[in-house]
Amino acid sequence: MIEEKDVEHIAELADIGMERSELAEFTAQFNEILDYFGVLDQAWTEASSEVEEYNIFRDDEPAGSLSQEDVLANAKETEDGFFRAPRVM
Amino acid sequence: MTGGVFRFRPDDRYHAFITCCEEAAYGGGHLSGIPVAVKDNISTKGIMTTCASAILWGYVPPYNAYVVDRLKSEGAAIVGKTNMDEFGMGTTTENSAFGPTLNPIDTGRVPGGSSGGSAAAVAAGMVRMALGTDTGGSIRCPAAFCGIVGLKPTYGRVSRYGLIAYANSLEQIGPMAANVSDVNLLMSIITGHDPRDSTSYDQPYHHVPDPGIHGLRVGVPEEFFGKGVDPRVASVVWDAISRMENQGAEIISCRMPSMSAALAAYYVTCTSEASSNLARFDGVRYGPGADPKKQWHEAFQERRREGFGKEVRRRILLGTFALSSGYYGKYYAKAQTARQEVRDDFRRLFRDVDVLAGPTMPTIAFKLGEKTDPLSMYLSDVLTVPANLAGVPAISVPCGTSEGMPVGLQIMGRWFEDERVVDAAFAFEQGGAS
Repeated sequence: MIEEKDVEHIAELADIGMERSELAEFTAQFNEILDYFGVLDQAWTEASSEVEEYNIFRDDEPAGSLSQEDVLANAKETEDGFFRAPRVM
Repeated sequence: MTGGVFRFRPDDRYHAFITCCEEAAYGGGHLSGIPVAVKDNISTKGIMTTCASAILWGYVPPYNAYVVDRLKSEGAAIVGKTNMDEFGMGTTTENSAFGPTLNPIDTGRVPGGSSGGSAAAVAAGMVRMALGTDTGGSIRCPAAFCGIVGLKPTYGRVSRYGLIAYANSLEQIGPMAANVSDVNLLMSIITGHDPRDSTSYDQPYHHVPDPGIHGLRVGVPEEFFGKGVDPRVASVVWDAISRMENQGAEIISCRMPSMSAALAAYYVTCTSEASSNLARFDGVRYGPGADPKKQWHEAFQERRREGFGKEVRRRILLGTFALSSGYYGKYYAKAQTARQEVRDDFRRLFRDVDVLAGPTMPTIAFKLGEKTDPLSMYLSDVLTVPANLAGVPAISVPCGTSEGMPVGLQIMGRWFEDERVVDAAFAFEQGGAS
């Protein structure tokens, strides 16, 4: 069972922003969905399939990119050719 | 080279478009002068691309998606960007920051989603063809609900370069049109190898649809007619399958036990990938801007709370949870095992059958506002997600009506046998679709 404080914590981790008034609704929906995800436990056994996943690498070859002007064109706040972001400290 | 300007000032009464291009320039080629609509999560240089999200309102991509470059080089007139569920998250196109699209067959109903705007634009005759994207059914569902044809290609067949990512391991761009021939034509334009998508596979698509169906082995998994499937829809689809049999196909009953956990595996996987992909939307590089005077987390949380709709926030939260320490083994790892079992089931079945057939959706199009509970909305994707989990090609073709609304027949095929899936749909359309 997930509680409101857990949802609040996840919202903090995900930087998603959560109003107090929304917590009860999100928590109830969370529990209903996680309850449904329980079928994964029923389907899973020690004998279950091995997951086929492997990496394929390519050579790291330098190539062209967008211009600085293009990259900055959609930003609301820029300064001296950089993005302007909120304060870190 | 012939070219010109296509003038596009439609009566968009179904709200199929987020952006219309009133004067769409076109060139020569196989699509010369043909109006094509593009889903609004596919990047178009110089044309606003929002993913139907407030957080991307005003974003104008500085480059084209691979598929858009292909359309332009074949002369298509890109006439607009279509409405969708925000970032592709939904089954109705109601989760758009700009309001829902209406189903042209019955405006009291949804067009399906998430490529609902593309499907409605085709169904209403506003464009001849459209691009959609399909992460868990988002091309096939609206195709079924609006009575058109939609193909989710084999994973890797179409470059995802320039598709604004929601769940990379599941999604493909694909063609939507009123008939199989136009789906086939659009498919031949958008395929091809693109080194900018590391999962792009070098297998071009040059195909003339063949209506011969004699001897085609069609598997029908009984799980596709199980709990939750409206018996009236099931009956329409069974009739369609009998018509394939009358045309000379061999119908073979089969089982797909991995279906029991497929939907849960899909939702754990797509929300996990979404939580990572959507971390980039912080308002700094594009979008509304994040207040530089505020502290980092505070500014981002404010932007993301205001800029994302509830379903997007719910999926980011679910994915963050599923990947978080202490829960990863319980959810994400098990979902990947369940996903492998879906692949194993397809592989086993495709030893004895050439294609699999069943309903595309368990019901006809919902009424507007009918699906308010997230879980019940998720459950309606149960028949479309297996193809995405495994990466196999799947098409939806109209096969009749129930309560006056279209029903889609879904045909799935082996990996990289998109041609065979198109042929089966073409044969059905030519001979058995009545």
